[in-house]
Amino acid sequence: MIAIIDYGMGNLRSVHKAFEAVGADARVTRDPKTIADASSVVLPGVGAFKDCMANLDAYGLIDPVRKAIQSGKPFLGICLGLQLLFEQSVEFGTVPGLGVLPGKVIRFDFEDGSDLKVPHMGWNTVNVKKDSVLFDATDPHPYFYFVHSYFVQPDNPSAVVTTTEYGREFVSGIEHENIHAFQFHPEKSQRAGLKLLEKFARLN
Amino acid sequence: MLAKRIIPCLDVKDGRVVKGVQFVNLRDAGDPVEIAAAYEKEGADELTFLDITASHEKRGIILDVVQRTAENVFMPLTVGGGVRTLDDIRNLLKAGADKVAINTAAVHNPEFVKQAAEKFGSQCIVVAIDAKQVNRNQPPNPPAVEWKHQHPTLFVMPEPPEPAWEVYTHGGRNPMGINAVLWARLMESYGAGEILLTSMDRDGTKTGYDLPLNRTVAEAITIPLVASGGAGTLEHLYAGIAEGKADAVLAASIFHFKELTIPESKRYLKQRGVPIRI
Repeated sequence: MIAIIDYGMGNLRSVHKAFEAVGADARVTRDPKTIADASSVVLPGVGAFKDCMANLDAYGLIDPVRKAIQSGKPFLGICLGLQLLFEQSVEFGTVPGLGVLPGKVIRFDFEDGSDLKVPHMGWNTVNVKKDSVLFDATDPHPYFYFVHSYFVQPDNPSAVVTTTEYGREFVSGIEHENIHAFQFHPEKSQRAGLKLLEKFARLN
Repeated sequence: MLAKRIIPCLDVKDGRVVKGVQFVNLRDAGDPVEIAAAYEKEGADELTFLDITASHEKRGIILDVVQRTAENVFMPLTVGGGVRTLDDIRNLLKAGADKVAINTAAVHNPEFVKQAAEKFGSQCIVVAIDAKQVNRNQPPNPPAVEWKHQHPTLFVMPEPPEPAWEVYTHGGRNPMGINAVLWARLMESYGAGEILLTSMDRDGTKTGYDLPLNRTVAEAITIPLVASGGAGTLEHLYAGIAEGKADAVLAASIFHFKELTIPESKRYLKQRGVPIRI
């Protein structure tokens, strides 16, 4: 069973129905025991970094999430679920994250007069940077749906699985041991996204 | 490279998809759930669902139609129509919306957009603007909102021959005397994550987007702009992006009545050098 962590934010139903669509057994939960018993864990997220950390804390989920990651079972972070893994974000001042991965989260900062919009919103391609169980070798530049104003800067370059171009090349995916985490929304990325989720579900 | 988006729009009335011309003369286009599933299959980039009578008739959104529509799509879904409270937004997001479009309620109380963006994040707050070109031969519409003294400059229209556009509310029924371009800027500063801009002059006419309107707004804001109202041909979609500077083009009747399909629109735009997800 895949546990989708419910901390009172985010499009949980979207993630849930996407897993259902690929035939996976997934459950939306905030129960630490269910999370501990799950075969894999998903941390979704939209909204503000600070609010998400505050909610995770308020629901007593920081430890269960850390433990799930340390247990070595497949872990999927989506959007803020990627950003929260890092040590800190500069959104609304400096806010500490879960600190599972070394690095930080910073904002897109374009020069005045740039026609690049923030948030980075819409379909963009990813460049698959290393062999990955979740991506197709036949399509090195699939399109995924993004909506975000901040992106991660990991200290460890070998953890980077995908990058994306938006005014600059930024890290759009991390694969490190059992951690798979993406800035884009596979649950909103039609066939390409469902394929990725199906592969993640099969990691069990 | 970030792709430009093609967005079919479902205007929903009493649970059915309808389409009119310049906001009236509605004709039936089918069941929203079925139509949404068909667009999913065709590879639409996003879907917009507008309950077009909600604000007028002062009733809430048909949450269950939204929910059933959302069940069948794995792309972003924007829902609007009659969104007035933070609870409305929460319920829509819960029903499966990814973004919520606010129109009338934003005009009556701009602070509402600020609160919504703070609560749910800018990424899910779309401000929908229904704009109509000001007829210089007619006396201007007086400001119709209580907050006019807080932002008096918003009611100033540029001098002719510069074109000017005015904001309307309640599904295009009520002129508000607000300069649409300045309104878009204010909404951005209040935390809107996207502007959905409909030209009332062009809506349903299939004569093309109002390109000067779209370009003027696009150049005034730094958040994405969705152009709406008037698409009738492939060339119109291209012009909306190339000349109207829109980040996404929205259309309803041409897609519902199969005058154009999503795949052929995408192929055409790609051929003309627009970055498009095929």
